[in-house]
Amino acid sequence: MSTAAAVPDDDLLDSGYLSALRQQMVKFAQMHLGDAHLAEDAVQEALAGALVGAERFAGRAALKTWVFAILKNKVADVLRHKQRMVDASSLCKENEEGATNDLFDQRGHWLSDSRPTDWENPQACLEQQQFWLVFEACLDGVPAQLSRVFMMREFMGFETDEICNTVGITQANLFVMLHRARLRLQACLGQRWFDAKDAPKKKGRR
Amino acid sequence: MNCDRATRLMSESQDRPLTHGERTMLEVHTWTCVGCRNFRKQVGFLRQAMQAFAKRQNDDDEGPGAGRV
Repeated sequence: MSTAAAVPDDDLLDSGYLSALRQQMVKFAQMHLGDAHLAEDAVQEALAGALVGAERFAGRAALKTWVFAILKNKVADVLRHKQRMVDASSLCKENEEGATNDLFDQRGHWLSDSRPTDWENPQACLEQQQFWLVFEACLDGVPAQLSRVFMMREFMGFETDEICNTVGITQANLFVMLHRARLRLQACLGQRWFDAKDAPKKKGRR
Repeated sequence: MNCDRATRLMSESQDRPLTHGERTMLEVHTWTCVGCRNFRKQVGFLRQAMQAFAKRQNDDDEGPGAGRV
């Protein structure tokens, strides 16, 4: 038996590993809460709760799944209990600003540059690391208010009435916002990935 | 029905069941509008991608220095 055995890869409480994990958690929480302070608090609580029984976990993957499950719950709690984050009027204003006249003409038809092309087999991209970088950049590009409700819906899996109650908007408002968020994301993915000439997409070359 | 309105309904179809009338109007519109026909497939893909994205955030070690087996 060699004396100085290397730190095993699955040493869960290795400080380097924990700080990397913590960073990912902060990034996750901040993306949802849009507030560094709230994000820190949520991560703190989630980690404290999760690490109590950390030795029980079979490996890092299991631990990570576990802490993120806890964090996700914390973040959902914060979102639910946080005071109405923005009043409806400021949302409406943002709605006007996030208008879609760069996509549609005055009669509401696609402008030729923005008309969606055929993406063929987009599912294949889900396996490509590069695609996720673009995807994340596109998500970041969705205006903040739209992004918040979109993430609540599509990432956290909230029901629509739950979002309306939490944020303090009507169903009709929410549908407009989700529509615009989806349009933005679609347009960005089209531009930066599916229609991009230099993207390493669908050729099967990696 | 224009494309703005059609894509709005396609978006809403992810969040509530459309009425029979709405579905019919969409059918008629997408019959002649290739852009919206593409968008309809893409809005479904967006949900799929978001689910995959959420899953990655949970159990993927994508960060630098992440442990490899």
